[in-house]
Amino acid sequence: MDYSQFSAMIPELIVLGIFILVFLYDTFAGSGARKADGILTTVLFGLGTVAIFFAGTVPQECFGGMYVSNSITLALKSILNIGVFIVLIQSLKWTDSDDMTLRRGEFYELLLATLFGMYLMISARHFLLFVIGLETASLPLAALIAFNKKHYESTEAAAKYIMTAVFSSAVLMMGLSFVYGLSGGSLYYNDVAAAVAGGEMSGMLIVALTFVLAGIGFKLSLVPFHLWTADVYQGAPTSVTSYLSVISKGSAAFAFFVIFVQAFGAAYPEAWEWMLYGIIIITITVGNLFAIRQKNMKRFMAFSSVSQAGYIMLGVIAANSIGMASMLFYILVYIFSNLGAFGVIQAIENQSGKLSMGDYRGLHKSNPWLAFAMTLAMFSLAGIPPFAGFFSKILIFTSVTASNSMALYMLVLIALINTIISLYYYLLVVKAMWISPEEPVVPQFRSALSERVGLWICVAGIVFIGLLSPIYQLLTDASVADAAQLFAWLG
Amino acid sequence: MFGNILIWFVIIPIIMMAGLGVCRNSSMNAIRTVMTVCSTALLGLAIWLCVDFLGLRAAGETAEMLYTGSWMWYAPLNIELAVGVDGISVLMILLSAIIVFAGVFASWKINPLPKNFFLWFALLSTGVFGFFISIDIFTMFMFYEVALIPMYLLIGVWGTGRKEYSAMKLTLMLMGGSAFLMLGLLGIYWHSGPEGHLTWNILEISKNGCIDPSWQRLLFCLTFVGFGVLGAMFPFHTWSPDGHASAPTAVSMLHAGVLMKLGGYGCFRIAIYLLPQAANELAWIFIILTGISVVYGALSACVQTDLKYINAYSSVSHCGMVLFAILMLTQTAMTGAILQMLSHGLMTALFFALIGMIYGRTHTRDIRQMGGLMKIMPYLGVCYMIAGFASLGLPGLSGFVAEMTIFFGSFEHTDLFHRSFVIAGTCSIVITAVYILRVVGKLLLGPVQDEHHLQLTDASWYERFSTVTLILAIAGIGCFPNWINETIQHSFVPIIESLTQAAI
Repeated sequence: MDYSQFSAMIPELIVLGIFILVFLYDTFAGSGARKADGILTTVLFGLGTVAIFFAGTVPQECFGGMYVSNSITLALKSILNIGVFIVLIQSLKWTDSDDMTLRRGEFYELLLATLFGMYLMISARHFLLFVIGLETASLPLAALIAFNKKHYESTEAAAKYIMTAVFSSAVLMMGLSFVYGLSGGSLYYNDVAAAVAGGEMSGMLIVALTFVLAGIGFKLSLVPFHLWTADVYQGAPTSVTSYLSVISKGSAAFAFFVIFVQAFGAAYPEAWEWMLYGIIIITITVGNLFAIRQKNMKRFMAFSSVSQAGYIMLGVIAANSIGMASMLFYILVYIFSNLGAFGVIQAIENQSGKLSMGDYRGLHKSNPWLAFAMTLAMFSLAGIPPFAGFFSKILIFTSVTASNSMALYMLVLIALINTIISLYYYLLVVKAMWISPEEPVVPQFRSALSERVGLWICVAGIVFIGLLSPIYQLLTDASVADAAQLFAWLG
Repeated sequence: MFGNILIWFVIIPIIMMAGLGVCRNSSMNAIRTVMTVCSTALLGLAIWLCVDFLGLRAAGETAEMLYTGSWMWYAPLNIELAVGVDGISVLMILLSAIIVFAGVFASWKINPLPKNFFLWFALLSTGVFGFFISIDIFTMFMFYEVALIPMYLLIGVWGTGRKEYSAMKLTLMLMGGSAFLMLGLLGIYWHSGPEGHLTWNILEISKNGCIDPSWQRLLFCLTFVGFGVLGAMFPFHTWSPDGHASAPTAVSMLHAGVLMKLGGYGCFRIAIYLLPQAANELAWIFIILTGISVVYGALSACVQTDLKYINAYSSVSHCGMVLFAILMLTQTAMTGAILQMLSHGLMTALFFALIGMIYGRTHTRDIRQMGGLMKIMPYLGVCYMIAGFASLGLPGLSGFVAEMTIFFGSFEHTDLFHRSFVIAGTCSIVITAVYILRVVGKLLLGPVQDEHHLQLTDASWYERFSTVTLILAIAGIGCFPNWINETIQHSFVPIIESLTQAAI
């Protein structure tokens, strides 16, 4: 075996290295020194993020093409790293509490382990490696969700999550076994693609597509596979919820793109374009309609993220390099906007335990800066310029209409009308904070330094990412560079 | 980039926001200083632009857009920050600068949270100016939405009455309109040129002129409805009365005065100019809708008793007139449309400023509870009369010039359909006279209704300042319409050309 192949896995190796360092430190440090777990992980991870970004990779395939490393996977890994970095900063205050003493290290180790799994999902070009990545990503997440083990909701959420995760994996495997049969005994994406392109449109292919779609749809919480989302988001510790809502979703969306466009590319016009078409419409609409009625902020964000996943999927249905670049850009912007919102939710929860939207009434009187950050996050999620969310939405819409197909124009119209619905519920939060005449429920407080730093990063991202076009340029270059491989089989 | 004068219309409001950012919330004087300095700078710059523009035109500059500049922004999708102005945009910029300037003085004593109020106010003006200077439809759309969203907070926080309801209704309806608009713009982009030469630039799209007629029809409807919502076109006008009635004074001024013009300007610049074939074919649908706006708005104003509602419905009628005139597709009528935009912008701003001042004193806007205000506050009374006369089209003031031009231009069409709608539109002048005179008679003349009103004072210096600026501009247009005409006449050449070409 050629061990030099491992040099292509620099991002994975860095995350693994940080994992081992944190593990060793947590195991051998004294109980006092263990308090530094959080800071240590955050700093190491920050350095790792920079290293991964600048390491640069020569595009290459290793392990017989199971694993690829190229500019687009590197771009997504860097985007996820930024998100994880912010999550780590935001969770410092929460992990600092006394009842976390024994478990602090575990939190960081599990977090890094899931990230490792997601990296594999992103780089996999063989279904087996993909499944390994997926499982490595979801099992530690279940433990993370149960982290507040004294809370009934937290354990309930973990149980729900593990059940759905396992069930969806089973569904996915079922689909993959069909795929295995179709391709004549290979699970490489390219082999599957060749088999799909060469064969007739068969019932078996449709079944395989449906099962795979359902399996990944669970991870992405696409409707109708979203039923676990609200309860899990509500029950999990807020740091974990924010991680789940952006990082986990981002990596699954990318894997979805690669699998459908590369491996099932030939079946695009006849089969999965229309499946996805329907799924996107109901995902966006159902997510929005349910979000309107939510009173708990975490449930509210859960349904909002269901509908956002629908928007992310628009990049997949576009199935072109602009779509890929726009999807990554959307994920990046979504990370900043969502983590901005969760940062405020978390700051208020840590301080006062308040989580209901009603508790945000009059927030601008007691905590104007938190209200300000939340307003920007809501505007960005709703897609209001000059904030980043506007650009990510428009770019993804532009990519969908590129083929000038009337059906896709209609899809964009439905998505656009849905942004108005989403604007309504995002404005409900703004209204509670700024317009309600009542006296503030949450008393004035000064949030912890780590929380403020996290929020400032998010606010800066929300304000500037859209205005700085070089980021989008980078993503486009990356996706164009790999277009030949990605879109080779597109029917 | 910073050498281009147009960019400064966006930069100054941004400086304004930055300046407000460093002010403390309690130091009213610092906030006022920032606002006064920046809005004066904007007004000065707008006047200078106007003079310089006329100078260039007089020197024989015949390019369609002057002061053009473009900077690549999102290169993969050819999105540029492209700026440029023709006579119409110059006047719109001047109008916006005047109203922003007057609006600052009209909200001199805004309470609570003055700093936040002016922050959103400045963001709104950024959007407005950015919209008028852009010639790239993406950037234009971006600024359009930038101008819309601050309205939610401006009305919701500082408004009166059913403000939460009105703010939400206004925001959702306008954003709903912009959803259709966005789809239309995407369609225009993907058909804007030959493969590999797609562009968002208005000038290039119209030069390429390769949008397929069947697509034009769809895109025309989408963009016209999108902008028409903001132009208060029937049946999408219902946000306007509620929104205006609940908004604070300066916001009503800016919204009715400038923001509603964004709708008319957009219809003109994008829907008609870029999609001429569909405009020729489908104008009749929208002539019917805007014709209804004109008459229905005026009739509704007759039965209202709240001063702001009267004015809001009158705005529906007048803005309907703008769209109506644009749809006539003749040069004279379009000139009238531009004049009407300016005239209505100034006059409504004056109206809303005065209503705000009167409401601030009497604490009611119900005309049944007021009367004889001329005796108590003669200055405000006279101003109100001037605004009223401008609205009903008294010669010498701006309204007369605008409406005359519109109806002259509209009568160039000799077919029954156009004639009957123009005649119906002309009737609205009479209806306008009815509701204006009713209000003036009830509010200003006659006996004093409430004895407490006798203690009220007349306008203070900043209020006088605000109103005098607007009245001067109204009389200026009314007495010297040639000047306006000279500024804008070049701008119609390419539009009329593309329309006649499409008709053949």
